[in-house]
Amino acid sequence: MSSIAHTQKRGFTSTVWEYLTTVDHKKIAILYLLAGGFFFIVGGIEAMMIRIQLAVPNNDFVSAGLFNEIITMHGTTMIFLAAMPLLFAFMNAVMPLQIGARDVAFPFVNALGFWLFFFGGLFLNLSWFLGGAPDAGWTSYASLSLASEGHGIDFYALGLQISGFGTLMGGINFLVTIINMRAPGMTYMRMPLFTWTTFVASALILFAFPPLTVGLFMLIFDRMFGSGFFDVAMGGNTIIWEHFFWIFGHPEVYILVLPAFGLFSEIFPTFARKRLFGYSSMVFATVLIGFLGFMVWAHHMFTTGLGPVANAIFAVATMAIAVPTGIKIFNWILTIWGGSIKFTVPMLYAVAFIPSFVMGGVTGVMQAAAPADYQFHDSYFIVAHFHYVIVGGIVLGLLGGAHFYWPLMFGTMLSEKLGKITFVLFLVGFHLTFFIQHFLGLMGMPRRVWTFLEGQGLETGNLISSIGAGLMALGILVLLVNIVITQKNNIQVGRDPWKDGRTLEWAIPSPTPFYNFKQLPLVRGLDAFWIEKMEGKTDMTPAEPIGDIHMPNNSFVPFVISLGLFIAAFGAMYHADEGKDWAIPVLIIGMLITFGAMLYRSVKDDHGYHIHKEDLLDEAEGGTR
Amino acid sequence: MKRKLTNWRLFTFTSLTALFLSGCGEPFLSTLTPAGEAGQTAYDLMLLSTWIMVGVVIVVSVLFAIAVLKFRRKKDDPAIPKQVEGSHVLEMIWTIIPIILLIILAIPTVLATFDLADTKAMDKKKEDGTTDAMVVNVRANLYWWEFEYPNQKIITSQELVVPTDQKVYFNVKASDVKHSFWIPAAGGKIDTNVENVNQIWLEFDGEKAEEADNLFYGKCAELCGPSHALMDFKVHALPKREFDQWVTAMQAIDAKAAEAKPEDPAAAAGQEIFNQKCLSCHAVTTADARPEAARTAPNLAGFGERERIAGILEHNEEELKNWISNPEEYKPGNKMTGTYGELSDQETDQLAAYLMSLKVE
Amino acid sequence: MAAEQKFTPQTWPESPEQATLEGKNKFLGFWFFLGGETVLFASLFATYLALKDSVPSDTHAKASDLFELPLVFLMTMLLLTSSLTSVFAIYHMKNYSFKKMQQWLFITVVLGLGFLACEIYEFYHYYHEFEHKFTSSAFGSAFYTLVGFHGGHVVFGLSWIIALMVRNAKRGLNLYNAPKFYLASLYWHFIDVVWVFIFTVVYLMGMVG
Repeated sequence: MSSIAHTQKRGFTSTVWEYLTTVDHKKIAILYLLAGGFFFIVGGIEAMMIRIQLAVPNNDFVSAGLFNEIITMHGTTMIFLAAMPLLFAFMNAVMPLQIGARDVAFPFVNALGFWLFFFGGLFLNLSWFLGGAPDAGWTSYASLSLASEGHGIDFYALGLQISGFGTLMGGINFLVTIINMRAPGMTYMRMPLFTWTTFVASALILFAFPPLTVGLFMLIFDRMFGSGFFDVAMGGNTIIWEHFFWIFGHPEVYILVLPAFGLFSEIFPTFARKRLFGYSSMVFATVLIGFLGFMVWAHHMFTTGLGPVANAIFAVATMAIAVPTGIKIFNWILTIWGGSIKFTVPMLYAVAFIPSFVMGGVTGVMQAAAPADYQFHDSYFIVAHFHYVIVGGIVLGLLGGAHFYWPLMFGTMLSEKLGKITFVLFLVGFHLTFFIQHFLGLMGMPRRVWTFLEGQGLETGNLISSIGAGLMALGILVLLVNIVITQKNNIQVGRDPWKDGRTLEWAIPSPTPFYNFKQLPLVRGLDAFWIEKMEGKTDMTPAEPIGDIHMPNNSFVPFVISLGLFIAAFGAMYHADEGKDWAIPVLIIGMLITFGAMLYRSVKDDHGYHIHKEDLLDEAEGGTR
Repeated sequence: MKRKLTNWRLFTFTSLTALFLSGCGEPFLSTLTPAGEAGQTAYDLMLLSTWIMVGVVIVVSVLFAIAVLKFRRKKDDPAIPKQVEGSHVLEMIWTIIPIILLIILAIPTVLATFDLADTKAMDKKKEDGTTDAMVVNVRANLYWWEFEYPNQKIITSQELVVPTDQKVYFNVKASDVKHSFWIPAAGGKIDTNVENVNQIWLEFDGEKAEEADNLFYGKCAELCGPSHALMDFKVHALPKREFDQWVTAMQAIDAKAAEAKPEDPAAAAGQEIFNQKCLSCHAVTTADARPEAARTAPNLAGFGERERIAGILEHNEEELKNWISNPEEYKPGNKMTGTYGELSDQETDQLAAYLMSLKVE
Repeated sequence: MAAEQKFTPQTWPESPEQATLEGKNKFLGFWFFLGGETVLFASLFATYLALKDSVPSDTHAKASDLFELPLVFLMTMLLLTSSLTSVFAIYHMKNYSFKKMQQWLFITVVLGLGFLACEIYEFYHYYHEFEHKFTSSAFGSAFYTLVGFHGGHVVFGLSWIIALMVRNAKRGLNLYNAPKFYLASLYWHFIDVVWVFIFTVVYLMGMVG
């Protein structure tokens, strides 16, 4: 284990075992990318089914009950199982390299976070095969989620709970990594913006996820263990769920969009060959958005009946968020202003992002006007708005980021030609799908409707929207083809393939050594690698002599801990059913596996291993082979 | 590249055009054709915010387009542009201008928020418990609406009747899961919660009502189960005089009127069946004295004159028979399916004949 | 290896819990974790306050019927004292006197167990004397969830401390386990602080009305 040689070619089984036990942030990033990508496809298929059903009035492509399951799973999957893990993939792949760290602060916890997310997502999606998926919307408002029959909502609550623990751990991990493990000279105000946004998003995760955890616990207790938090007959109150969900849910939007902002903030300077305009105000805006993100949750509840005082306060607070977001938009424009823009695929996504996201942003401000929102709320206007923000902001960021960082993660470069086809199809499809939905909402179409009747003036808009969705799906298909071809050809492109890399991650040899940095680099300013390049150097100045490197051991324990919770969840879910006496033992066995594995982990010594100086030197000599 | 950019602009343009062809939606449904003061307030705010935001979008787009077009890299140009750190003046400008714009939007927002929440008139109760204000109690159920007029002491369902040119106040709540009460053309929505009563007012302008043939569509706006999409109701906005006539006629449908045998023998037979199988849930008198919890199905007084069956189907005997024989097909997850046993074709016909004979005299 | 290096009281560093990078990371990470836990308990407190005395009918017991000061006071004293003894334990940890640390941790555990016993009795009492159950009302659900979550933390904290004591009984202190002892005690303090809030918000405010 302790030799460098294990990066050599290996058999299939040992590769699988390597990934099941890995604690390397780069491999965990690939796991997140694969799992997140898979769920993204699943969520996409669900989206296509929604648009097929709504293409024409009175359609019966899917039944009413199934439709509600599809919309619920589409939203839940896309937010929790696709967008978050895909962003986590980039955070894992890029952030430690950007700050000059050899790994994250807690490699073991990093693996645990992934496996918790994975088993949570798996559990949630198994609902399709075990009696029906959740059907109360991704918000799962309490009166409906309690009334929902079958085990769908149980899958939702338990699955999200498990994957939520994973996310929380990831957040803490990134926070500590960024604070404690920056390379010499990497001050806070020299951190690349993607690291900054990862930092702020992680802080938001830390404070936003516990309310969701509590809300989900109450839902689990109400549905499975007979408590009465949301049961009005027992004195309960369903509005509590709405508050907790949105106290989590609104920051969640920023948890997703800030890292996407971070990705764009890396792409713009690279392909405009120009330093990010107004770096410090960008950092300030990021922090401010994160802070304000916690003050505005009730704007999702303007029609709940909180009264005019609360509505007015939250309306004004919500509008305030537009200011730091505006600062960011103008800074990006001024970054490319005067630059030398090269339209690579990542840059195309970044460029398309600005007008798309601005449109999502301005409709957000329109909704902040509470009395107008009484009309917008729960109509297709809202659907249009948040897809403009999420697709126009986050998904474009993910697609751009994937093309941008593909060489860093896999050493290969996705085809620019196919990439451009994907880009055009996806972007055109996106605007076609969602622009018209603003007007459908204004024309009186509520959201989450399974079908609509003829003669209400809604036919044309819905048809256009469905055609657009088809184009988006085509674009993603081309992307998949692109990925397969690229990986099959496996042409290694080497270090700094975009030629204009500015930050530390591009200074590392490709493929990235598993210990990242042989010697920690000395950072002399913002865009550390760029500074060295401008001085005619090809490498970073090392900040330390070559020495032993301490590495963590691989471990199967994270997988086992997560598996235990996965098993226990089945027990919790079925214990109240008649004739399922096995459920309580399963619950207990699952918890025993989890706690047993935790105990094993804390009792057994695991000091990791060292890569010796001599091996590193040997490798340096043999590296040219 | 340039061509591709214009390409997608073109697509957006096409969809925009398609939109204008279809106008602002239907006057009985669209929020863009406000039918009264509450809707107008929301509409004005929507317009104000839209204009401000269109301005923002234009400024950003122009700057952005210039930047993208002007600063393209000439093929393999190795030049390194000047590395600019930032500009305090510019940053101040794009901080302060948005703040000013938002203040312009915030002030009318706050004023309108309080204005639309002003339901004090409902609380001024007279000694007998009635109010001078026009009040309707709305109760949302899976998947139907009950409208109770506490001052007039009548109950109806599925079709709300309101007078025009005066504020109508609503107490709204839900009896099973959360729904949301929305008449898009008349104004914003309010959730019908399970734990508390929410209040809202709407107003229907006489002229606007005429343009919409005195009939507006109402919707449930909160996901409430499989038939959420089908939980529609209708609103008849009548001039005050006609409204008063309607009230008087409805009040006349008392127990005695309801017990009277219809002349048509089929309808009379239908009444028998109805009394046996349906009456325990459905009332046919407007003064239903039972408590709310016992009123588990729509009140059918005056059913023969309604606009729609079950809120969605065309109002004729054929559709009524379809509905009675298989409600699950038309409203999945409804609470009526399977509660009244099998009906023969003849019984269904008779039942339909009876229901269609229920009219407001 | 550094982690198993033997020390003397003289060579033992000033802040052993933060003497290694792993220690520093754990220290910081744990504080963040406690930050998240704070939000978690804040949410539970908010729920409790929203649902306090929210019962389906007047036959159900309310807060002012249930709570009695003497028992809760005893519990508070037990937990506060155990927090103090864990401070002593960490004091000795920092002085590299392993045995004394173990002794004080043992006292901490005993006091914690005493607290748990009282809590179990308390729940039993409410359950049987007042029919105040987890499933009887929203108030009951909120009460048992808040106080029970805290109780669960006590159980976890005790298990953790015991595991550490047993695990390291023969090995003594080193820079690998010093952060673990430190964090366990930090966790124990956190539990204590939460209890102070429970004592105030649930019991004192409950008895006042």
